[in-house]
Amino acid sequence: MRGPGQHLPGLSRQLPRPAPRTLLALLLPPAPGAGRDPPWLARYRGLFALALAMALLPWLLPNNFFFGVAILVGLNAIVCVGLNLLIGYAGQISLGHAAFFGLGAYVSAILSAQFGWEPALAMLAGAVVVGLLAFVVARPILRLSGHYLAMATLGLGVIISIVLVHETRLTGGPDGMAVPPLRLLGTEIVGARAWYWLVAGALLIAVWLALNLVDSPLGRALRGLESSEVAAESVAIDTVRTKTRVFVISAVFASVAGSLFAHYSGFLTPAEASFPRSIELVTMVVLGGMASTYGAVVGAAILTVLPQALTVFHDYEQVMLGLILMLTMVFMPKGLVPNLALYLKRRLP
Amino acid sequence: MSLLEVSGLSHGFGGVAAIDDLSFAVAEGEVLSVIGPNGAGKTTLFNLITGIYKPARGHILFAGREVGGLAPFALARLGIARTFQNLQIFLAMTAAENVMVGLHRHLDARMLPALFRLPWIARADRRAREEASGLLDFVGLSELGEATADELSYGALKRLEFARALATRPRLLLLDEPAAGLNASETQAIDALIAKVAKSGVTVLLVEHDMKLVMGVSHRILVLDYGRKLAEGSAVDVRSDPQVIAAYLGQAGSSLAQPPSAARRPPAAPPIDVSGEA
Repeated sequence: MRGPGQHLPGLSRQLPRPAPRTLLALLLPPAPGAGRDPPWLARYRGLFALALAMALLPWLLPNNFFFGVAILVGLNAIVCVGLNLLIGYAGQISLGHAAFFGLGAYVSAILSAQFGWEPALAMLAGAVVVGLLAFVVARPILRLSGHYLAMATLGLGVIISIVLVHETRLTGGPDGMAVPPLRLLGTEIVGARAWYWLVAGALLIAVWLALNLVDSPLGRALRGLESSEVAAESVAIDTVRTKTRVFVISAVFASVAGSLFAHYSGFLTPAEASFPRSIELVTMVVLGGMASTYGAVVGAAILTVLPQALTVFHDYEQVMLGLILMLTMVFMPKGLVPNLALYLKRRLP
Repeated sequence: MSLLEVSGLSHGFGGVAAIDDLSFAVAEGEVLSVIGPNGAGKTTLFNLITGIYKPARGHILFAGREVGGLAPFALARLGIARTFQNLQIFLAMTAAENVMVGLHRHLDARMLPALFRLPWIARADRRAREEASGLLDFVGLSELGEATADELSYGALKRLEFARALATRPRLLLLDEPAAGLNASETQAIDALIAKVAKSGVTVLLVEHDMKLVMGVSHRILVLDYGRKLAEGSAVDVRSDPQVIAAYLGQAGSSLAQPPSAARRPPAAPPIDVSGEA
């Protein structure tokens, strides 16, 4: 009798093990006929390109205002990379991720400002609190099929937002609260440049984690259940548990970005946790491209920079934003990056 | 010893009994086909055995253990795999990745090791890729591993689903109309595939309308009609059973052939060639 450990005989096949050619091969895909990349290179090529771009960017940024915008892009991108795991890969929608961002920010801020915690430790505590909350909310909701998660997170987001506004003793209410600076390895992180490098590093780590997750058994299970839950269950995937896990990890991504934001800006208001912010985050993911980690980064970059650039249109800023979104949805429903990739694939030999 | 034992199983949809007091057993290593006219309850039976529906009454024993009412993923973990009548393929993934999802229960699917891509995850991934490639060879899709599933033909997708189910390393494989929509040569390939799988020791439960395929590949045949067992036995027995012929061809000669609810049967039930010489 065959146990689960054994398999049909002779079914494994040795695959060729290709190697990278030159340093340039780290950035450029192989020419046609030149063989295939090793899997790690195929997986991380974009990561190398992103690292290079972020390393060169400071020379293009004329002043601290631009550094500030770049830092906001980075923080939004971290949230979006996590949110994309949930929306793009697992096919679940959260309308409350700004609340996780805000909660992470406030836990970190309150513990460090009012209880004298080490900010790094407070950040960790924020991630744990948010992770637990996400788990407690998601577990029962995800047992139901359909888009109940969107409704539940919408409600949760509103509740968190209200609590932050009304718990004035802890949060300072609508007036906001001051947050002490971040200390890492005994040095305070101050100044836009230092923060730029810190956020760039954090974003690289976030992208690295997301890429790893997507190309793992858990990630494939996610992508599978997004297209057919019945089929996923038929190959022993516990879909409820898998969706819960990715929801928790995406909430933790948002929480860490929120904590970083709190310590970076030094001042926090409940607006960070508001419902419109949640919608903005979802829009970034959808615009950049569903199920594309780099798409999430691009979407975050565009929708963070665009409002700054659109100030020339004064009162029409929101109109322009809406127009751009509508055009994207009509002409590139899959989002910018996947459509661009598809276009290049067709155009290039 | 029987691997699967179904006893007194009943399940209905709003008062209509889809499966009605059904009992049968499948021996380890056997290929048992379930046939019957449209609406006989074949797919409902599959959905009960694979946990998509919870049985209203009766027992399902797998390897001696009561499994009725377990969740589909839990049944898959025990070694029950299936294919679907209307394909359930992960269309946005490559063929190889589809099969790798099938290996899920043999891989480490925890979150933290995956996030940091710890060394054993990378190693297991490579082995999974090799195994998926081997399985694609096995079902005759060797060259298509890197193709996205939505680029594949219908026949190829049928075989891909087969490979994904095999990747779970099942003890019992349920095939729901594996030849539906295939042409003669594709059906022959599926036929050979089922025989190959059965020979390797996997127990197969098959639902199929192509009688030539059924008669050729099955050790035994179970005939359902209105959710009840009409006949059970070898291809020869079943083929000559007057009740079976009546159920398929709608002959009114024998009163035995008429189930009490026969009046509900649509008059133009598609006649199926039971002779096996199609």
